[in-house]
Amino acid sequence: MEGKLLRIRNLHASVEGKEILKGVNLEINAGEVHAIMGPNGAGKSTLSSVLTGREKFVVTEGEIEFNGKNLLDLPPEDRAREGIFMSFQYPVEIPGISTVNFLKTAVNEIRKYHGLPPYPAGDFLKMIRQKMELTGIDNKLLNRSLNEGFSGGEKKKNEIFQMAVLEPKLAILDETDSGLDIDALRTVAGGVNKLKRPDNATIVITHYQRLLDYIVPDVVHVLYDGRIVKTAGKELVAELEKKGYDWIKEEVKREL
Amino acid sequence: MNGLEKINADFATLFKDGREQLEAGCSAVMNGCREEAFEKFVQLGGIPQKTEAYSYADLVPVFDKDYRVVLKYIPQNVDMNEVFRCSVTNLVTHPILTVNGRWFDGNVEPELPEEVVICSLQEAGMRYPDLFLRHYNRYAPKADQDGLVALNTAFAQDGVFVYVPDEVVLERPLQIINLLRANADLMGFQRNLIVLGKHAQATVLVCDHTLSSQHFLMNNVTEIYLDSGARVDYCQVQNQYAGAAQINSLFVSEQRNSAFESNIVSLYGGFIRNNMYVSLNEEGGSCDLYGMYIPDKKQVVDNYSYIDHIAPNCTSNEHFKGVMDDSSLANFCGCIRVRPNAGKTVAYQANNNLLLSDTARINTKPQLVIDADDVKCSHGATVGQLDEEAMFYLRSRGIGREEAKMMMMFGFAHDIIRHVRLEPLREKIDDLIDKRLRGELSRCFHCTLPCRK
Repeated sequence: MEGKLLRIRNLHASVEGKEILKGVNLEINAGEVHAIMGPNGAGKSTLSSVLTGREKFVVTEGEIEFNGKNLLDLPPEDRAREGIFMSFQYPVEIPGISTVNFLKTAVNEIRKYHGLPPYPAGDFLKMIRQKMELTGIDNKLLNRSLNEGFSGGEKKKNEIFQMAVLEPKLAILDETDSGLDIDALRTVAGGVNKLKRPDNATIVITHYQRLLDYIVPDVVHVLYDGRIVKTAGKELVAELEKKGYDWIKEEVKREL
Repeated sequence: MNGLEKINADFATLFKDGREQLEAGCSAVMNGCREEAFEKFVQLGGIPQKTEAYSYADLVPVFDKDYRVVLKYIPQNVDMNEVFRCSVTNLVTHPILTVNGRWFDGNVEPELPEEVVICSLQEAGMRYPDLFLRHYNRYAPKADQDGLVALNTAFAQDGVFVYVPDEVVLERPLQIINLLRANADLMGFQRNLIVLGKHAQATVLVCDHTLSSQHFLMNNVTEIYLDSGARVDYCQVQNQYAGAAQINSLFVSEQRNSAFESNIVSLYGGFIRNNMYVSLNEEGGSCDLYGMYIPDKKQVVDNYSYIDHIAPNCTSNEHFKGVMDDSSLANFCGCIRVRPNAGKTVAYQANNNLLLSDTARINTKPQLVIDADDVKCSHGATVGQLDEEAMFYLRSRGIGREEAKMMMMFGFAHDIIRHVRLEPLREKIDDLIDKRLRGELSRCFHCTLPCRK
């Protein structure tokens, strides 16, 4: 039990009556980076949606324990306050709300949950500036409406910047590499690596090897047809890149 | 006689019996327009009822009260400059007060560049007959199907007159503060005329307030003329109490390369009707109309616009947004007319609405009438609830559902308010809207009147 940040047991989940996750088991310790790979439609994004509490995904069986708490009991905002963060594959544009005000509200709502007073205004800006530097964010982004008119790269960078500000215990990067050119990919990965600490963990959900060249995982899982069918070390990434997913599908079929 | 017939008959009696008083002190130009205007009012059937432009606005309950119409200036027993203090801090303007639709006799004359004229409409009619003849009631007849505009022309006696000569730029905004204060229910007809010469520029801020808790009905008309290259930034903040009704008709006449921008923010009021008529008469004109309305309880806000592209190469951009709560009603009707000559017109129009309750209502009717080729026009309207995807995004960052809802509504409104150029005012409006959406504000921000619900 101890040291386990996240423990998923026999997780089944469906969307609109269709079962997508069919018994996922996963354990993550603080300090680790896990990669979850797999072909399209395997259930990767469903897993991140279930972890963050998206309402249209219904958990039909199993349990998720996060930091000793039953995660499935909590609404999305409380999961975030407990320390779960997801970098969205498609960050939402919200007109009229500046990035800085959004972050201030988020930070203070999280502090309130933990019984802390609001962040002192002067210190807040100092902290923000520090995190901007850390994640390579342009000053101008702060006062612009959240994600509005941002390029794909700016949106993803902004996600990592938010992660830096909110300091989650568990960060889930959902296809963060999609739509990024190589320079943006490096910046984003660099930001993630700088935020790595012994007391937090990261799940990298991705199709491809390229992000994992920069964010090196401790454990690699293959999700296929709603289950984790293979777990290995980082060498699995190269193997998947070389051989694709078909051999895993064959392996699964043989086992059945 | 039903309610409406009686109201129309009362106006006919008032026009006949009050004629002498009505004309006293007014210039020949003003008085010369009355007869025809009243005939027009009668010919159109009096108070509009179920006409196309007023199809969603029920005016009978608005007019059907025992209002007094006062046909002469009644001095206030207090100094309005003392009674009223603008609560927007750091806003530096030339303030001009009107009381019940008339120029306040205690206005302090602002220090202005020579040849700039700011005075009462009555005085202007006497002192500047040429200017007056050229512009008075030249633009309002555009609303040839609106009996209320004709009614104003028949009964108007006073208001504010502004003249900015060629090449003069008014650095400091002019703030026209319309105050209502009476000891009986009151109806009034304010008439304003604003004339800008070639390349002249002005910022005009209009603030509507109520200072006593009688019923008020103001039927106001403002005509604005922009000569070539002129620019007007117009902002109107409507912040009256629930017992006040206002019909506010704005007529803008734009000549070559002129620019008109307006923000109409309806913060509070029992019944608010805004009519906006813009004529782009010569090439290169542009107009931007923005509006925000946030009615709750039983408030009614009704916006009507007609943008007439007469000349080629003009642009217009119109965006109105509303957040409706409780049993409030909002209407939006906007027409963009592109005349056969108006090639290369660029015209956009949008109306977006959020409904917060099951009983709030919105009627929206965007219209395009295009008689020219080679134009770029678009229009659209949306009515909806808050975006669930955005809601989830905010919640996934630790922001609770209620706070997320507030932020999104505020963001929705700020999308319009950001166009207000006067920074202290913009901040104040943002703040008021934030408070209103949080339910912390249920009446005008500095008014102490108990609002009848």
